[in-house]
Amino acid sequence: MGSRASSLLREEDIEEIKKQTGFSHSQITRLYSRFHSLDKGENGALSREDFQRIPELAINPLGDRIINAFFPEGEDQVNFRGFMRTLAHFRPVEDNEKNKDPTSGEPLNSRTNKLFFAFQLYDLDRDDKISRDELLQVLRMMVGVNISDEQLGSIADRTIQEADTNGDMCISFSEFTKVMPGKAIDITADLQNGA
Amino acid sequence: MASSVYLCLLRAVFLVCFVNPLIQGLSGDTNVIQNPHHQLEENLTGLPIVTFKWHHVQTPYLVIIWVFVAGLAKLSVVELNHHVTSVFPESGLLIIMGFILGGIVWGADRAQTFKLLPPTFFYYLLPQIILDASYFMPNKLFFSNLGAILIYAIFGTCWNAATVGLSLWGCYEAGAMGNLDIGLLQFLLFGSLIAAVDPVAVIAVFEEVHVNEVLFILVFGESLLNDGVTVVLYNVFDAFVALGGPRIDAAEIFKGIFSFVVVAFGGSFLGIGFAILLSLLTRCTKHIQIIEAGFVFVVGYLAYLTAEMLSLSAILSITFCGICCQKYVNANMDEKSVTTVRHAMKLLANGSETMIFLFLGVTAIDTEIWVWNTGFILLTLLFVFIYRIIGTFLFTWMLNKFRLVPIEVIDQVVMSYGGLRGAVAYGLAALLDEDKIPEKNLMISTTLIVVYFTVILQGITMKPLVQWLKVKRAAHSDLKLIEKLNNRAFDHILAAVEDICGRIGDNWWTRGWNRFEENYISWLLMKPKARKNRDYLFSIFHKLNLEDAINYVSEGERQGSLAFNRSDEAANVDFKKQFGSEFADVMPNIMVDMSTYELGIEHFSVTSTVKDTIPSVSLDIHGQDRKNAMDDINAHHLLQQHLYRSRKHHRHKYSRSHFSINQNEDEVQEIFQRTMRSRLESFKSAKMGVNPAKKITKHHKKELTHKHLTKHDLVFLVDSAVGSETGAINSTFMRDTYTVGAGIENPVFLPDMDSPSHSLPWLMETEAVAPSQRAQRRLPWTPNRLRRLAPMRISTCSTDSFLMADVSLTLEEHEEQSQTDHEEMCFFLSTFEVNRL
Repeated sequence: MGSRASSLLREEDIEEIKKQTGFSHSQITRLYSRFHSLDKGENGALSREDFQRIPELAINPLGDRIINAFFPEGEDQVNFRGFMRTLAHFRPVEDNEKNKDPTSGEPLNSRTNKLFFAFQLYDLDRDDKISRDELLQVLRMMVGVNISDEQLGSIADRTIQEADTNGDMCISFSEFTKVMPGKAIDITADLQNGA
Repeated sequence: MASSVYLCLLRAVFLVCFVNPLIQGLSGDTNVIQNPHHQLEENLTGLPIVTFKWHHVQTPYLVIIWVFVAGLAKLSVVELNHHVTSVFPESGLLIIMGFILGGIVWGADRAQTFKLLPPTFFYYLLPQIILDASYFMPNKLFFSNLGAILIYAIFGTCWNAATVGLSLWGCYEAGAMGNLDIGLLQFLLFGSLIAAVDPVAVIAVFEEVHVNEVLFILVFGESLLNDGVTVVLYNVFDAFVALGGPRIDAAEIFKGIFSFVVVAFGGSFLGIGFAILLSLLTRCTKHIQIIEAGFVFVVGYLAYLTAEMLSLSAILSITFCGICCQKYVNANMDEKSVTTVRHAMKLLANGSETMIFLFLGVTAIDTEIWVWNTGFILLTLLFVFIYRIIGTFLFTWMLNKFRLVPIEVIDQVVMSYGGLRGAVAYGLAALLDEDKIPEKNLMISTTLIVVYFTVILQGITMKPLVQWLKVKRAAHSDLKLIEKLNNRAFDHILAAVEDICGRIGDNWWTRGWNRFEENYISWLLMKPKARKNRDYLFSIFHKLNLEDAINYVSEGERQGSLAFNRSDEAANVDFKKQFGSEFADVMPNIMVDMSTYELGIEHFSVTSTVKDTIPSVSLDIHGQDRKNAMDDINAHHLLQQHLYRSRKHHRHKYSRSHFSINQNEDEVQEIFQRTMRSRLESFKSAKMGVNPAKKITKHHKKELTHKHLTKHDLVFLVDSAVGSETGAINSTFMRDTYTVGAGIENPVFLPDMDSPSHSLPWLMETEAVAPSQRAQRRLPWTPNRLRRLAPMRISTCSTDSFLMADVSLTLEEHEEQSQTDHEEMCFFLSTFEVNRL
């Protein structure tokens, strides 16, 4: 299965993905076989349904948000390259980057990009601000039913107050990064030694 | 400044007036003890009104005086000029204070009457420090780094012992130390006692430096565990020395290694056994709450002594007792007892720590123990320092090959520099048998010098070093909701990404262990009540409600509305009304959503929730005056209790790498239900043509829920009797439902209505999915069955999804729901099938 899947991936594609995302060759082929096994339609792209079929995502309160994060705006399919680009956010931060390609700008796994990924999970309308409503939605997803809306509202207010420096009752991305100084490192998943 | 001078003066006066005569009295008293008849005869001359019976109380009196002096010493050290304390670590200052006190004693007695004797240290001072450290061990952090900690603690310590011992022996053979009566085995014995990093010293120094938490747990965990290891190693080598060089053959060495393993693991398992005992005990101490806190200390100490009795590792025993019992004990005991344990533990540990450092200083002022051998002492210092560095870098290099986030070079430098030796090394050196080791005093003095060097010099330079190297500091520990929230969100994100990447399949046995822990160990060791955590939650609820009310009041008063003070009864009524209306608003939604499935039960549980909520809200407002800061803490607790736990989070709790589905099955069901509901809804609306060209946009969810609402808002409007304009705009919509039926004019109680932003109706709707835990339990959906439902949505585009669902069904064996629920489910399924067809 694995070998068949990886053979579908052309060598130059791998090279390009490697350059773009920083994944190693073996990681790319492994993730490609995973991609392939998720792809029930066998059309080289994943749909939302393909993701939703992963049973564990159904019990992840943020599952649907994360699935959405894989899809570029307005699109219903994600190909392998897009899949890898999203996953690249979760590679460990490389501090003293030997930057292979300085022209490529900031790598996807930089601190800022990691935080921005998390930020966008909150920011549904993409106005670069987390409003109270958006925060409440996420809170509601992550919190058990025992908390009343009123309590949740006060928690949301307090949360915004903590981060909000310019008093617009929204959390902008710069405010978001300011409150989470050392936390970017936490958004690092172990993609290395997979099954 | 003034206060510190005052304190120093006070101390000096105290020492001169009180301790000195006492000590002189003590030295004079030895005669009395030797000749007790002398005093008896004196007493018989007449009926004494008051007698001076020093020898009756001598021992406890001296002990308590020293405790008192230690306390004063700590006080004066802490209150000392802040310029000094910012440079000097407290432990170093205490040692110096010990020098002074020891000097006074020595000056009075011409001999050191007071010493830190090994039995005192090992039986009375050390246990509570270890217990404290392990009881407050951040378990998640500890177990997620357990691999690294064990490597450092076991192999690092053996490495240190072996290299220091062998190098010293090599130098001795080369003639660097002159004529000493030490053999290879004795050198190794010395190496093993000097090898261990001391938890007391490490905590004392690192607590003041605030390095990042991974670095801290590595140094701290290592120091805690390697104490156990070094004692075991010491005992093995001690036995070898007693056996004598010629009689050691391969079999004996093998036995030594074997006993090392048995002693270390035996001690750990014994500790776990006592932790189980303690947890079971606290399950049934409901009626003796006053003394239940004491059990923690007694059982902990028992674990220590029993291990000592069985010649297993006592330190490891009490360590694992503390680490393993904390979760269950804290859950089982009353909140007050938990606080008691916390404070008493800190008191004992901090007190012993002070005593230990003070006596390390006092002990030094003694001419008897000092034997100087420049070569031996300096070389020991050098080797201890160098091999610590080499060892740290070596083992970190190996570990980094397997670590996701490698340990940075700077952290390694700090780790190796943080190799502080302390009282355990001294205690072991003092335990040496002079018959077998002729150079015992040299070893003691060398150990003391190493201790002073590391604690004072390295302790002082640690802070500048950390600053200079720009070591990552611990993020400051304000309770920040946003941080907590984001951390939890990150955990969920990571769990999801790992699922997407298909990392499931590893470590199936650790998953099994977690299940086992949830189902059996928690069941066995935790009170049923504590398992549900009901009581605690409710009290937190109650508190938060109180705080909110107080905030409202103070806010109202600040705005000049004194009307509130007039009658609190009216306030209660208002509250009730407001809450009632709120639930009335929620309920129609529930009816709409659930009427298809199970109207009766939902209705029942919602009303019961209303009943539950109101008493906690009707409160005596005037009886409370709390600070606003409490508010944050409460919200923090509330979130901590209620945020869904991600699987990743739990993976760290009990094992190195762990995949659990989730800690709480209820929680899993809840999340699953919500997710599936929203998906089903999007499917439904797509089917019914409400949202024809199911175009996925950034507003995906919002739109769907809007659709859903507009679909039903007729029912909603009827129920809440709101005017026709409400359905249109979200924010006004909420506002109106609030005001209607609430019946309060008091502006104080309607702070939310004035703010422009409101929770979306969408949120109201999710709230309506499962309004209370009780209701949620009765929901006919379990993840199993919903998993069967899932493919229906999917089946619009693929046909094999039922197969998929069945596979996943067999993978996970969930508990069975009641039969009636099942029937209802079947019914629901069949109706749905019809729909689909």
